[in-house]
Amino acid sequence: MPLTPADISRIAKLARLELAPVEHEEMLNKINAFFSIVEQIEGVNTEGVEPMAHPVDAMQGSGPMALRLRPDLASEPNDREANQRSAPAVERGLFLVPKVIE
Amino acid sequence: MSAAKLVHGYEVVIGFETHTQLATQSKIFSRASTAFGAEPNTQACAVDLALPGTLPVMNRAAVECAIQLGLALGSHIAPRSVFARKNYFYPDLPKGYQISQFEIPVVQGGAVSFLLDGDAKTVRLVRAHLEEDAGKSLHEDASLGGGGQSGIDLNRAGTPLLEIVTEPDMRSSEEAVAYAKELHKIVTWIGMCDGNMQEGSFRCDANVSVRKPGAPLGTRREIKNLNSFKFMQQAIDYEVRWQIEQIEDGHAIQQATVLFNPETGETRAMRTKEDAADYRYFPDPDLPPLVIAPEWVERVRSEMTELPRAMAERFVRDYGLPEYDAATLTQSKAMAAYFEETAKACGQPKLASNWIMGEVSRRMNADDMDFSHVAQRVSAFQLATLVIRINDNVISNSAARQVFESLWALASNDVTVALTGVGAVGTVGDVDAIIESKGLKQMNDSGELEKIIDEVLAANPKNVEEYKAGNAKALNGLVGPIMKASKGKANPAQVNDLLKKKLG
Amino acid sequence: MNDLHHLGVAELAALLQTKQVSAVEVATRFLAQLGGNPHNAFSDVNSEVTLEQARASDAKLAAGTAGPLEGVPIAHKDVFVTKDFVTTAGSKMLRGYRSPFDATVVRKLREAGMVTLGKLNCDEFAMGSSNENSAFGAVSNPWETSHVPGGSSGGSAAAVAARLTPAATGTDTGGSIRQPAAFCGITGIKPTYGRASRYGMVAFASSLDQAGPMARSAEDCALLLSAMCGPDVDRDSTSLDIAATDYARDLERPLARAGKDGGPLKIGFPRAWWGGSEEETEWLDGMAAAPSHLRQWETWPKINGALQSLVDLGAKVFPVTLNKPELAIPVYYIVACAEASSNLSRFDGVKFGHRAAQYGDLLDMYQKTRSEGFGNEVKRRIMTGAYVLSHGYYDAYYLQAQKIRRMIADDFQRAFAECDVIAGPVAPTTAWKLGEKADDPVANYLADIFTLPASLAGLPCMSVPVGFDEAGMPVGLQLIGNYLDEARLLNVAHQFQLAHSEFHNAQPGSLA
Repeated sequence: MPLTPADISRIAKLARLELAPVEHEEMLNKINAFFSIVEQIEGVNTEGVEPMAHPVDAMQGSGPMALRLRPDLASEPNDREANQRSAPAVERGLFLVPKVIE
Repeated sequence: MSAAKLVHGYEVVIGFETHTQLATQSKIFSRASTAFGAEPNTQACAVDLALPGTLPVMNRAAVECAIQLGLALGSHIAPRSVFARKNYFYPDLPKGYQISQFEIPVVQGGAVSFLLDGDAKTVRLVRAHLEEDAGKSLHEDASLGGGGQSGIDLNRAGTPLLEIVTEPDMRSSEEAVAYAKELHKIVTWIGMCDGNMQEGSFRCDANVSVRKPGAPLGTRREIKNLNSFKFMQQAIDYEVRWQIEQIEDGHAIQQATVLFNPETGETRAMRTKEDAADYRYFPDPDLPPLVIAPEWVERVRSEMTELPRAMAERFVRDYGLPEYDAATLTQSKAMAAYFEETAKACGQPKLASNWIMGEVSRRMNADDMDFSHVAQRVSAFQLATLVIRINDNVISNSAARQVFESLWALASNDVTVALTGVGAVGTVGDVDAIIESKGLKQMNDSGELEKIIDEVLAANPKNVEEYKAGNAKALNGLVGPIMKASKGKANPAQVNDLLKKKLG
Repeated sequence: MNDLHHLGVAELAALLQTKQVSAVEVATRFLAQLGGNPHNAFSDVNSEVTLEQARASDAKLAAGTAGPLEGVPIAHKDVFVTKDFVTTAGSKMLRGYRSPFDATVVRKLREAGMVTLGKLNCDEFAMGSSNENSAFGAVSNPWETSHVPGGSSGGSAAAVAARLTPAATGTDTGGSIRQPAAFCGITGIKPTYGRASRYGMVAFASSLDQAGPMARSAEDCALLLSAMCGPDVDRDSTSLDIAATDYARDLERPLARAGKDGGPLKIGFPRAWWGGSEEETEWLDGMAAAPSHLRQWETWPKINGALQSLVDLGAKVFPVTLNKPELAIPVYYIVACAEASSNLSRFDGVKFGHRAAQYGDLLDMYQKTRSEGFGNEVKRRIMTGAYVLSHGYYDAYYLQAQKIRRMIADDFQRAFAECDVIAGPVAPTTAWKLGEKADDPVANYLADIFTLPASLAGLPCMSVPVGFDEAGMPVGLQLIGNYLDEARLLNVAHQFQLAHSEFHNAQPGSLA
């Protein structure tokens, strides 16, 4: 089913995107154009098929990939200066943002 | 579960979500340190800051903590669990999503059991899942950025958490606090969490609702970040009263997240996070499923320390202690260990238990001290010696208390107290030396004692008359002066016997 | 030597190792080529850094401690973060961004001795198939500057084709190495997912992104791939813990012995991709049964010719079945957009990158920052991804897509039970005119029809130049191998290139 203008507004809010009315219109049309080719997956019978979250799952012999675990070592040095070099607003080592109200 | 006690005819229903910070050196997905209290953002590495191109790599120790907790609470350890992304925007959430576990958590089921006013209670767990902590938003400093700004410190971001979620099994604030205390005891006991509530290592959220008995569950409100047992009870009690008043006034309860304000003692609804309802969870493509082999679980099981409940049962079984003693002595690992050492050394478990639950605890609380430091003041060996002397009638209980006092003082930094304690006598902290120097030995040589008794009888003919006339109380009037004359060294029992003999 | 820039990786490496030319000479020659940034292929250069690296390479060559590719220049797609060059991922969001660390792939290539010429323009966050989605301007195709170079690794493909660099890195999420390589007449390979570390690649779609080399020949790609790949167990949980290998080892093997069984190479051609007419089907038995909806796509004649040349070289070609490979289009865009919507949430104006100049409260700061920082295609994909993951739609879209993804991967395994490699077109058409599809995203999506299935399955795949259309624009043949079978793909491509140097050695008229 095609998306409605309300869907676009809801999703834009979720994604923290601000769309001017004209952008909103264009977004609706282009996303619906895409969903017109998406519909063909609805009919596909996928009963009993395990979703594939990691491509190497299908690699023969390897079987489902297991998470690799690292030893518990704190080895990262303090690299604050380099890490904050591209930060928009920093004061006394803190990232600044408009007041957070809880 | 025993019959729930009602508040103004309402049944209280409480479930808990507890965030425990895991006692690891490094973060859950990065190699940055988890140490508390560093300068802002000095322990936030590129991965923690979500710099472009960074990826998570899982910390083995965090998984081991989850296995330990699962084993301690009799849970199912999932052989395969999945990390998912919880998507929402917040300045203290660097990636714009939190890596957590959603559909398949690592720890499933289990229960926490404890005693409350002598009744056994059990709270069932739904799950415990691994996730990363967020950073901190600092609003206090009004000067930041010329005012009106918050500062973001991401040192805490990525600290490993195990979120422990219960069924709504608790029926009163007392029960809730007892559950929280028991859980706190277990996580610190097995060492997966340092339990420091001030530093936020053990943060409880309480889901509270009320209903008429037999009615379906009421709408719940979640009280966030309860990090003191005292506030926990206050907050829940206030929330329960508030909800009942609302309902009585004909208002429906709206689901909400609330904060407790210790100053006012009230809870207030938080500003609702936009679209909190739609987190768009999906399996994190950066992290394949977490696979835990049975061998790993067995290894952890074999290395696990004896749990408090098991230890308490053993104390009843092996030392013949009452359940109450056993439960009290297993409140902390240090206390339990101190008891066992003392009991073994003196062969008088019940006496040792009495002393530890009595004098030792009293003194410890007076000094506002943690039990782990008690042994530095009075070692289990010293206490054992003291217990032996009491049991052998070498000293009276009151004399033993004096000895204990000086031992405690001796070990303290207060040197003057220490010196007056030992007087001239040699080895510091030697129980017998102190008994000697303070002349606290009981007078067990009856000759000397009879001499004193005869003098006292001669000096108090009136009491003697009354006693002989059949007034048993009059004897007390004689015992007092005798004890006094013996400077407290006389053994009261022995004094009684001798008196009765003489007054025939 | 004034024509150094016409040499490939293998040739330059040989000259450098034998001291017939110095790393500084080579670097200087290529830096001269970059002057004025032809085709807008580069997004950042820094000659001081480049020459410093070249001097270091010369020192190693002199000391006899040189790496296998010591002194050979390379340029990196701008989605690989670098300490010494700006990294923008083609987005205003990262204008001027300097990473505190180098991507693993960048580090490994430097350790192999390669000298970095700079960073290469690409579609914003690697989202696009024409390189027109770059915030820093489109890249033009060296073969016909009014045409697109393909994307998203358009700058990489154009730079190699125009002899601005002998080698480039690219990334391939749904065809971003193969399609621009095809459009620019060069050779590019995407290894098995997990073969090259993703650490330091600005993430688009985590379960699909994979780095790979782009160069003029299969031999050069083999040398580059050997240096790029290998486990990165400390930094990337999806990197395969399988030691790197020498991908050049099988290059010289004749196709008559290139099969898994040591016999003739068995090439499967998916029935569904048949682009010939009914009459044409005789030479390839069983093709009459091919579905007709894709018949007569533009590049078919050259693909057909290439398949026949492979037969002449000793390979066997026969049809294999991939069920409805066209389903890969919706499945890919659902999965890729879902992952992208989440991966791009970190661009919020707090820790790095763009922040709006004017804003009110926090929500306003987020919205203005992201609306200003992202281009339209990126916004569309973020929106699409957020939608398919949102409450009530997850099962119908994302979950269903991941199930069909599994079916597509299983199809390939069935096919590889019969054949050693699968061959097909890279794209239905050659490079199109700049602006031609700029306003029609769906048309762009449909053009990915042949590259998406292998991406979803995580299989190694490559593009090999096999000729030119009537307009003289290059055509690329796609070769898809089974997991970890990169060496066989390179073997096939190299054998083809030995027999047909007229394709990969041809140079764009714009250079003459």
